[in-house]
Amino acid sequence: MRRAPSRLLGLGLAASIAAGPALGDDLRDLYFGEAIFHAGQGHYFDSLQRLDTELGQYHGLDEPQYDTLHYHIGAAEFDVGDFELNYRMHHRAGRAIRAVLEGDVPEPVRNEAAYRLARIHFQKDQPADALQALQRIDGEVPEGIRDDVEFLRGNVYMALGRPGDAVAVLERLQRSKDLTGFAAYNLGIALLQDGRTGEAVEQLDRAGQVDVEDAGGRAIRDKANLVLGTMLDESADHARARVALDRVRLEGPFSNQALLRAGWTEAAAGNFERALVPWNMLAAREVTDSAVQEALLAAPFAYSKLDVHGRAASLYGRALETYGNELERVDASIDSIRKGHFLEALVREEIHQDPNWVVRLRELPATPETYYLMALLASHDFHTGLQNYLDLEDLRQRLASWKTSFDAFEDIIALRAGNYEPLLPDIDASFREFDAQFRLRMAQHELLERRLHGMLTAPRPDYLATADERVVLERLNRMEAQLADADSEQQQALRERIARARGTLTWRLHTEYHERLTLAHEHLRELDAVVEATTRQYESFVRTRQEATHSYVGYDAAIGRLRQRVDAALAKVERLQARQGHLIETVAIDVLQARRERLVAYQEQARFAVADSYDRATRQQTSEARP
Amino acid sequence: MPRILGAVAAVLLACWQVAALAVGDDREQMKGLDEQVQEAKSDVLGIAAELARLEEKLLYPSNTQVAVFVALAAGDTLRLDAVRIQIDGQPVAHYIYSFKELDALRKGGVQRIYTGNVATGQHQIEVTASGKLPDGTDYSQSRSFTFEKGVEPKLVGVTLASADSGRPPIDVGGW
Repeated sequence: MRRAPSRLLGLGLAASIAAGPALGDDLRDLYFGEAIFHAGQGHYFDSLQRLDTELGQYHGLDEPQYDTLHYHIGAAEFDVGDFELNYRMHHRAGRAIRAVLEGDVPEPVRNEAAYRLARIHFQKDQPADALQALQRIDGEVPEGIRDDVEFLRGNVYMALGRPGDAVAVLERLQRSKDLTGFAAYNLGIALLQDGRTGEAVEQLDRAGQVDVEDAGGRAIRDKANLVLGTMLDESADHARARVALDRVRLEGPFSNQALLRAGWTEAAAGNFERALVPWNMLAAREVTDSAVQEALLAAPFAYSKLDVHGRAASLYGRALETYGNELERVDASIDSIRKGHFLEALVREEIHQDPNWVVRLRELPATPETYYLMALLASHDFHTGLQNYLDLEDLRQRLASWKTSFDAFEDIIALRAGNYEPLLPDIDASFREFDAQFRLRMAQHELLERRLHGMLTAPRPDYLATADERVVLERLNRMEAQLADADSEQQQALRERIARARGTLTWRLHTEYHERLTLAHEHLRELDAVVEATTRQYESFVRTRQEATHSYVGYDAAIGRLRQRVDAALAKVERLQARQGHLIETVAIDVLQARRERLVAYQEQARFAVADSYDRATRQQTSEARP
Repeated sequence: MPRILGAVAAVLLACWQVAALAVGDDREQMKGLDEQVQEAKSDVLGIAAELARLEEKLLYPSNTQVAVFVALAAGDTLRLDAVRIQIDGQPVAHYIYSFKELDALRKGGVQRIYTGNVATGQHQIEVTASGKLPDGTDYSQSRSFTFEKGVEPKLVGVTLASADSGRPPIDVGGW
C-alpha cells in the first residue's frame, strides 16, 4: 500500500509535463519552457524559482492578457503546485492548488485541482481531508485523470478503514490500462481488509498474473505474489503458495523475501531438499540484506533435517563467521555514524552525479558508515529525513554561494562608479548645451509645422517668399516710406515704379503659391527624417545617461537587505540541517541497533546449532564406522 | 522458573515500550522538522527571486540584454550532443548535453543557453548543433540568422529538428 503515493506522484509529474507546451509550435513563453526544462531534470528549486518569478510578474500586470504567459497560465498554475509537491513543499503546493480551485476556472480544471489537492492530503496522511477534496469533484473530469481520481478514492477509503467502499471503487478500475497491477493488487488488499479472505486470495492470484511491461507494474505484481504466497503458506496451502512464490522474478525488489518464504513453504511441507534450492541461492546474495542473513541459518537447518550434519555444521560455521563479520561491520557503522562520517558521506558532491549513488556510496572503500545504507533507506522516517537533509544541504550551498556574490556585485558597482563619476560632469555640461539647442530647433520645427498647416485653410503667400524676395519687399517698403510725403512728378513716377515692382512680386507670390506650398511641405517632410533621427539620438543619449547612473546607484539598500536575508536564512538552514542530521543519525543508529540485535540472536542460534550439528555429525560418523 | 520468565518478559516489554516511544518521538521530531524545512525552502525561494531580479538589473539591463534559448521541435527524437552559439562572430556558448538534459528537452523543456549583453541594432547569430539521428547517422547543422536588438530585452528561441523531419533543422524565432 505504501507504493500508491509514489505511483500517484509519478502520474502527477507526467501530467504536468504533458500539460507543457509542444515546442516550436505552441510555446509562447520561453521562461515557462525553462521552468519545465529544470523540472524535467528533477531540479525543482530552479523550476520553482523561474515559475514563481513568471507568475509574480504576470499577476502584477494591469493587462496580463497581453503577457506571453497568458497562453499557458492554466498549465503554469497547476505546474507550480506540482513542482512544489515534488520539492516536498506540501503547504505551498496545497495553497497553489486551492487558489486554482477557488478561482473562476472551467469545470474540468476545477475538478483536476480538487484531485490534486486530495492527492496532497493523502500524501500527508490526512485521508479525511483527501476524501473531502475528492467530494468536491463534480461534473466533467479530464479524461487523463479519471482513473487516477477513482484509484485515489479507493486508497483513501482504505486509509479511512472503509475497505468495503474501496472494493466497490477498485472493482470498477480493473480494466484501466494505466493502473494495471496497482488496481488489481489494491483490490486484493481491500478485500483482505474487508474480511473477504477467499475473494482476496483469488484477486491476489489475478494480480500476480497481470501482463505488465513497466518496472512499477512488475514490482507490484511481484508484491501480489509474495503477499499471496505468504498468506497461502500461513494457511498451510503449500502447493498454491509455491506457485505464487515461483512467479516472483529473481531479479526484482521482492526477490529475496520471496526466496526466503519459498524455502519456508517447502520446509513446512517437509520438502527440505527443495527448500535448499531458494535458500542456497539466497545465501549467496548481498549479505547486508536481512533475508539473506536469515537464509544463512535456514540452509544448514534444512541440511540437518536431511541428516547431512557435516554439511550443516560447516554451513552453521560459515553463518557464525558471517554474523561475526557483519556484527563488526554494524558496530563500525554505528561508530562511524556517531563520529559524523555518515553525514559527510551523504553530501559528497561527486556521489550525486551518479544515478546509482546509493549503491556507489555503499561500495566506497573504508566507509563503514554507508555499508548498511540500503537497509537504512528501507525505513520511511530515515528516507524522509535523508531527503530533507539533502535539500537543506543544497539550500546551504546556494546561500553560501550567494553570499560571495554580494562582494562581486559590490566590486562591479565600485568599478562602474569609478569609471563614470569622473566622466559624467563634462558629459552633462555638453549635454545641457546640446539640450538647449535641440529644444530650440524642435520649437522652430513645431512652429513651421503649425504655420504650414494653417496655410492650407488661410493662404499666406508672403510666408512663402524667398529670402531675396523678402529683401526686395523690404527695400520697396523702405523706399515707399521715404517717398511718403513727396509730391513732385518725378517722385510720383518713382512711387508708380515701386507699385509695379510690388505688383510683379505679389503676382509671382500668388501665382506660384501652390507650387511653393507643396515644395515647403516636401522640405518639411525631409526635415522630419532629420528631426526623427536627432530625436532618436537624443533619447538614446538620455537612456544611456540614465543607465550609467542606474548601473551603480541605488543598489546599496537592496544588497544590504539581501545580505541580511541570506545571513538569516543561512543560519536557519544550518541550524535545521544540524538538527535534521542528528535525527538521521539517531534513526540510523536505531535501525542498525535493531539489526545488531537480530544478528546477535542469529549468532546465538548458529553457535548452538553448530555445536549440535558437529555432535550429530560425529555420532553419525561413528555409527557408520561401526561394523 | 516462571517468575524469571515473567521478569524477562517485563524487561522485554519495557524495552519495547521505550523503543516504541523513541520511534514515536523521532517521528514527531521528523514531522516538526519537515514543517520547518518547508518554511526554509520558501524563504530561500523568496531570496532567490529577489536576487535574480537584482542580478538581472545589475548585469543584464533591458536595453542590452539578450538571452538565447534552445528547444527541440515537438516530438523530435534527435539525440542532441552539443550546441555552439556565436553572436557577431564571437563564441558565447558551447554546451554538451547530458542524458537528463536531453530528456528534459524532449519533454518540452527549453534551455536558456546564454544570457548576455549586446548593443541595440542588428546582430548576427550563428547556431551549430551536432548529435545523432535515430538511425545512428551523424547530425551536424549550422545556420546564421540576423536579429534586431531594441531597447527591450531580446529573447532568441532556437528550435532544432532532425534533418529528415520536414522542418528546418535550425530555426530561430524572436519572442
